[in-house]
Amino acid sequence: MKNKRKTRINYAKWGYRFVIPFVVVYVVFSLIPLLSTFFYSFFEYYFKFGGLEKVGPNFNFLDNYILLFTEGKFFKYFGNTMLIWIMGFIPQVIVSLLLALWFSSTRLNIKAQGFFKTIVYMPNLVMAAAFSLLFLKLFSNNGPVTNFLFESNIIGESFSFVDQNWSTRGLLSFMNYLMWFGNTTILLMAGIMGIDKGILESAQVDGANTIQTFFRIVLPLLRPILLFVLVTSLVGGVQLFDLPQIFTAGSGGPEMGSMTVIMYISRLLGVSKQYGLAGAASTLLFIMTAIVSLGFFFIFYRKEVIPRKSIREGEDK
Amino acid sequence: MTRSRVNLFLQKTFVYTILITMALLIIFIFYTLLVNASRTHVDIQKGFSAFFGNYFGKNLENLLANNNINVLNAMKNSFIIATATAFLSTYVSALTAYSIHLYRFKGRNFLFMFILAVMMIPSQIASVGLITILYSIGFVVNYFVLIVPAMAAPATFFFLKQYLDTILNFELVEAARVDGAGEIRIFHTIVMPLIKPALAIQFIFSFVASWNNFFFPSLIIQSPNKRTIPIVISLLKNSSPDSFDLGPVYMLMVLSIFPMIIVFIIFSKQIIKGITLGSVKG
Repeated sequence: MKNKRKTRINYAKWGYRFVIPFVVVYVVFSLIPLLSTFFYSFFEYYFKFGGLEKVGPNFNFLDNYILLFTEGKFFKYFGNTMLIWIMGFIPQVIVSLLLALWFSSTRLNIKAQGFFKTIVYMPNLVMAAAFSLLFLKLFSNNGPVTNFLFESNIIGESFSFVDQNWSTRGLLSFMNYLMWFGNTTILLMAGIMGIDKGILESAQVDGANTIQTFFRIVLPLLRPILLFVLVTSLVGGVQLFDLPQIFTAGSGGPEMGSMTVIMYISRLLGVSKQYGLAGAASTLLFIMTAIVSLGFFFIFYRKEVIPRKSIREGEDK
Repeated sequence: MTRSRVNLFLQKTFVYTILITMALLIIFIFYTLLVNASRTHVDIQKGFSAFFGNYFGKNLENLLANNNINVLNAMKNSFIIATATAFLSTYVSALTAYSIHLYRFKGRNFLFMFILAVMMIPSQIASVGLITILYSIGFVVNYFVLIVPAMAAPATFFFLKQYLDTILNFELVEAARVDGAGEIRIFHTIVMPLIKPALAIQFIFSFVASWNNFFFPSLIIQSPNKRTIPIVISLLKNSSPDSFDLGPVYMLMVLSIFPMIIVFIIFSKQIIKGITLGSVKG
């Protein structure tokens, strides 16, 4: 008995040993950096004369935040980021939901699913920087797409994709959409396959049509996976950098309409290494992401408790 | 009966039309990329073409000969960093996932919930702190600045934990212990081979993520001979002389995109199955 207890204690020790590398690396290279980002946001800390002379860190409490709020750039760039994300995310969810429903429908019985899934997922693994450069070359003022559309009289001679704010944003959203809709489709498909076929059949027996079944049963049951897709996409979306950075060559595009928050932070960290201000911008981005994520969580789960309980009771019978 | 059959036929036609259009659009984008990489600058300027040119070798030669951007060196850097990152992050995450799956130690649940929670943090916001730390310990000159921080990968951990939950039972480990195997040996000789498919998928995902990574390297890499592929791409601005000839530019995109696509096509079935395992259960 004594012996056994001794070996059990040993096992717990092995548990700790096995997690040490992960925990140490995470704490040193992710957690402490995160906390010191918050920390430096309360300091005056940058490099003068093109990065030559260090200023600070001097504690200046909320000065960096006040600058961010009064300057207004941060919120403009946050707005740009969210706009580009939403314009890609809405079609992404709708198309992915449709594809997932089609792929999993036994009535339609889609052939060559493996092929279609492989193709729609492919853009997800492509280097965003290269993808963006490719689109830039295709849609530039004498690029093949622009020329083709002009020759077929769809756009006028003076039309330019890259010199206008909305077309630039639209293309960025479209790239983001192309890169992610395959991933979302596969996630949603797994969710739909997980739905108990009995529930769908009994709904049909009760006389529900396809649309009713979808909105009253499929969609509510997909709630957890939709929330997962929404939040992971948001977390990716607020970090949008590669696509606009390459597409606008770091300039932020026409009217600075495609400048994202991370591009702004990256610019602050450039030559003058404005750690304080960049820290404040990062912290603000963190807080706003957290607020939006929690908002989604509440919207998704506010009315959840009652219907789920009744379904459980129904199962027990 | 016939009416509903006609209906189904129409629906199927509609669905297949959309699916095929979508697939063709995506294939067209990558096909154009490949075709343009094989054409001369003048030909590329003329617009789309369905046929390959015979300039593929010449474009490759011109690209590699360009000492300003030194593509071969960048590919070597990217390859070394991505391989090391993929290997280490998969191994370290597997160790952690196995530990949390098997051992009942204090703080185990907390650690698990903590790793899940940090998956939802936009990781790029820690870059200010990370850069100051790396500079202060003089850790900015070699590959390690890009490899080591990527070793602790919460998403990889979560995926492997899910996989272990479905496949590894205690009896197996118990039996090995009775046979006198040590804990480290059990992990290496029994558990690792058992979860090999999952490890392979995570290796590919980590490799791709590291190969494509642009933001953090762009902040930290100063010296030209340490540049990775995405950084080289960012140097090809419209005004730079390196992008006057579009042939090599398309070739550079081919070199950065197609290795990943080829790996993906080989393993697509496993990868697609793998994506769903790393998410919440629906």
